[in-house]
Amino acid sequence: MGSELSNPSTQRMVLASLALAVISLAAWEWGPRALGIPQFIIPPASQVWEEFLKMLTRDRLMYHTGITAMQVVVGFVLGMILGMAVGFILGMSPTAEFVLSPYILALQIAPKVAFAPLFVIWFGYTVYPKILVAILIVFFPIMINVLGAVRAIDPDIVRLARSFNASKVQIFRKIEFPASLPPFFAGLRIAATLAVIGVLVGELVGGNQGLGYLLTFGEGAGNTPMVFVTIIMLTIIGILLYGAIVLIENRVLHWLPGRARRAS
Amino acid sequence: MAQIRLECRNVAKRFGAITAVQNLNFKIADGEVVSLIGPSGCGKSTLLNMGSGLDPASEGEVLVDGEKVTKPNEHVAFMLQKDLLLPWRTIRQNVEFGLEIRGVPASERKAISLELLRKCRLPDFAENYPHQLSGGMRQRAALARTLAVDPAVLLMDEPFSALDAQTKMVLQQDLGRTLAETGKTTLFVTHDLVEAIALSDRVLVMSQRPGTIIEEIVIDIPGRENPMERRKSPKTGPYIAQLMSLLHIGEEVH
Repeated sequence: MGSELSNPSTQRMVLASLALAVISLAAWEWGPRALGIPQFIIPPASQVWEEFLKMLTRDRLMYHTGITAMQVVVGFVLGMILGMAVGFILGMSPTAEFVLSPYILALQIAPKVAFAPLFVIWFGYTVYPKILVAILIVFFPIMINVLGAVRAIDPDIVRLARSFNASKVQIFRKIEFPASLPPFFAGLRIAATLAVIGVLVGELVGGNQGLGYLLTFGEGAGNTPMVFVTIIMLTIIGILLYGAIVLIENRVLHWLPGRARRAS
Repeated sequence: MAQIRLECRNVAKRFGAITAVQNLNFKIADGEVVSLIGPSGCGKSTLLNMGSGLDPASEGEVLVDGEKVTKPNEHVAFMLQKDLLLPWRTIRQNVEFGLEIRGVPASERKAISLELLRKCRLPDFAENYPHQLSGGMRQRAALARTLAVDPAVLLMDEPFSALDAQTKMVLQQDLGRTLAETGKTTLFVTHDLVEAIALSDRVLVMSQRPGTIIEEIVIDIPGRENPMERRKSPKTGPYIAQLMSLLHIGEEVH
């Protein structure tokens, strides 16, 4: 990264990006006023910042953010493990895929967030319905990507391994698992944004904690800045999760052609 | 005659109602390089699959060092047109792939792979990834991987057919030299008549499906370790003509 920043063209791009941020903030602060848009429709940036500072103590903003983040991470990790496991099982067993695929397809088409009220009926106003929605929504992109990757492996590579007398476990560890990693990480990136949506919908449906709760509260109170702050916090959770995945991905998939070029 | 390394006795292979090959009988002695040539779809690759033990013969038997081949075994290694290098492994790790599966300790693996990469003229690319290498270099790495498990018999299925003409000649030269140095017994499937003549001690010609061997030609040109020189030999032309007529090349428009 350090060497990248010393590159003049990269420096120019970073400057352009920062300039865009400053211009956007300025437009947000003074634009609505100049156009005569009332503050309860679009509160200026400074007012949202003041609301943020108030919410830290008044609404225990960090506590609620922590609850939401915890649910996102737990749901994400469990959905990831489940998606990966099912993806490998279906990828390696055509019979299992044939039997299960119509049901999996139906479940994939069903809007996952619609399950949120059902889960709330089952588990009440706890963290569980939110985590469940997140698991369900994270599961599919990962399962589909892992399944596709296992299917796409050149059978001749497996034959090569078999000609060396490789066991099923060795074929999995040395071929199927590493081959599935690039699509798996692509699935993780999609899942990271979906996990936040899943948890948020769960919180909107019912409960008295988490950012979804603050969002409904702000809406009910007609507190537009509070709604803005909550949306920003939700976005930050998503960005942190996404960033963590990209960071891990860059380490794990350093052998991919594009990455190797960037590293050298 | 030297020890027989690979032998086919009355081998036939059927896929359902289709007979791919039948009445296959031949022997390859220790250190011999034999090419198998024939029209498309005559079952050349089927024969290699049976030899490597991945596909059992429907009839007859394939023997390696006198033992019947029934499953993949350590005496045989194959190499295909595709290099089959794993993109997440460095070239060295790819060369060590077979050794790793067989549980050879890391230090021993490394010594073998570095030695072979030197022989295959890739010593500086051990820690590179496959995508950083050209097609010819990748195929050389695939050859090193095949040799790493030290097989008694090498089965090669058109290993150079995806390469451009000049790279192909260079790799044929490398292979010719490497086979002479290591003394490996080799069955080499190809479509390329000149390649077959330049590299081999004998050429087996197969018929249309159901494939069987219709002719055996002993290549009587000295210097098998130097295929480039053999290409230029005045004896090569007549051999090409003989193969063309056996394969009915140019007699009808397909």
